[in-house]
Amino acid sequence: MARVLVGVKRVIDYAVKVRVKPDKTGVVTQGVKHSMNPFDEIAVEEAVKMKEKKLATEVIAVSVGPAQSAEVIRTAMAMGADRGVHVEVPQAEYELLQPIHISKILAKLALDEKADLVILGKQAIDDDANQTAQMTAAVLDWPQGTFCNKIEKTDAGLTITREIDGGLETIKTKIPAVLSADLRLNTPRYATLPNIMKAKKKPLKKVTAKDLGVDTTPRIDIISVEDPPVRQAGATVADVDALVAKLKEGGHI
Amino acid sequence: MFASNTRNLMRSSFLQRCKSTLVVAEHNNEALNPITLNTISAAKKIGGDVTVLVAGTKCGPASEALSKVEGVTKILVAENAAFKGFTSESLTPLIVAAQAQFKYTHILAGASAFGKNVLPRVAAKLDVSPISEVIDIKSEDTFVRTIYAGNAILTLKSKDPIKVITVRGTNFQPAATSGGSGAIEQAAAGDYASSLSEFVSQELTKSDRPELTGAKVIISGGRGLKSGDNFKLLYDLADKFGAAVGASRAAVDAGFVPNDLQIGQTGKIVAPDLYIAVGISGAIQHLAGMKDSKTIVAINKDPEAPIFQVADIGIVADLFKAVPELTGKL
Repeated sequence: MARVLVGVKRVIDYAVKVRVKPDKTGVVTQGVKHSMNPFDEIAVEEAVKMKEKKLATEVIAVSVGPAQSAEVIRTAMAMGADRGVHVEVPQAEYELLQPIHISKILAKLALDEKADLVILGKQAIDDDANQTAQMTAAVLDWPQGTFCNKIEKTDAGLTITREIDGGLETIKTKIPAVLSADLRLNTPRYATLPNIMKAKKKPLKKVTAKDLGVDTTPRIDIISVEDPPVRQAGATVADVDALVAKLKEGGHI
Repeated sequence: MFASNTRNLMRSSFLQRCKSTLVVAEHNNEALNPITLNTISAAKKIGGDVTVLVAGTKCGPASEALSKVEGVTKILVAENAAFKGFTSESLTPLIVAAQAQFKYTHILAGASAFGKNVLPRVAAKLDVSPISEVIDIKSEDTFVRTIYAGNAILTLKSKDPIKVITVRGTNFQPAATSGGSGAIEQAAAGDYASSLSEFVSQELTKSDRPELTGAKVIISGGRGLKSGDNFKLLYDLADKFGAAVGASRAAVDAGFVPNDLQIGQTGKIVAPDLYIAVGISGAIQHLAGMKDSKTIVAINKDPEAPIFQVADIGIVADLFKAVPELTGKL
């Protein structure tokens, strides 16, 4: 296998408590810490590992989004990706962009760049959609290996262990394929300062969805974004006896 | 103007009449997965006919069970060696063919590992934008789902002609398993075998306990348990309740328990009557998976742990003392 395309998304940092906008159109993103989607870090790590094992010759990091999305591509390059492609989408348009649009963009790039493997995170922690890898595979008519826990290259293709509801499952796929990383696939490395400096010199190409011939017409209207119902904070009890009494009171025992 | 109004009226009543939903059943060739029953309830909320597709290498048990489920009009059966392991590459062309034949307005599946794997692939083939893990259905085109690990609730209107949706099981009551009289029919034959991927094997976690997502009581452990062996404390407590045992990501990552026990944004979403969180701090990602539980109990030695902000009953104590004591007193 030669070339690996990795999709990376810039999202609000996983540790931030998000705030819903008072006008209910979305969540507050301005002035909020953003970083690479945690599942995408795992995808980048896996691609870089493949290169280190000489299973891949080149790793290309792709992000679709506004100007700031270039930051996560630089991060991917600091982790070891060779070059980047930034598909720039204006902020207003980006808010209504869905995995269907991203998957068409990624599929087009996978063909243009002659990628043999597309590795993505299993879900973005902002929209929690868990769709893009599956849809990219469908657009390309490639096999999909979702929720990967382990990826092994064999002569015939790939042997993949997947995280499923009851435990683990092993499948074999042909190459080219689209894979989505689960949390336990690997532990992503930290980018070191020298690598961050080097990443600034790596090539980063800018294109638009239009350049790629992908229609980004919105498929949904956002009716509202609201706070979830707040749970009434309960009381702490002094000891186990009091806990047992409370459980009895609630009819649990 | 009059003519166009009449046309619109006719068009909308036509759509109304023709609303029909295909539910993709989840089963393991031996039994129906209960999340399918929750999904059927969601389908009923949309209105119109509900057809359930059963595909697999052995469809008898699931389709017989489904024929008795209330609200199911028809069961489409596709029994074929091609569906071994329920790979999305073999199921997608089958679902797309059923859609082409019967022109469903909605295609639903439970938001399990199975539904999440297959439905987005189907949606892409139909060139529509799927809607993941809905928690409510407002109308035939307006759906509610959570984003940002359950910290915001998005209501959206789908503009696509076919709605492809996965359903969060815990937000819909299961459909009654008796009283129905669905007709069993064979799905159109076709060559669905895919050379792209092949199922090899499964390694399922064996357990006598209830399945996590359907359990009435869940005892869950986190990093505070310190080792896999210490989870025995939770199993003993779970035995008293007939409860399922879950875990936080920290406990899974540390290797205390297998990954399929993980509850949270990226694991399973549960909403039992009673959730007892033991040695779990209550990170955003964990709360996403359990904060709809009816009663939450937290046992943690750190009074500042965020889990106490959502717990109905909290006890600030060392779990290694409190849990055995609680087990002893039940």
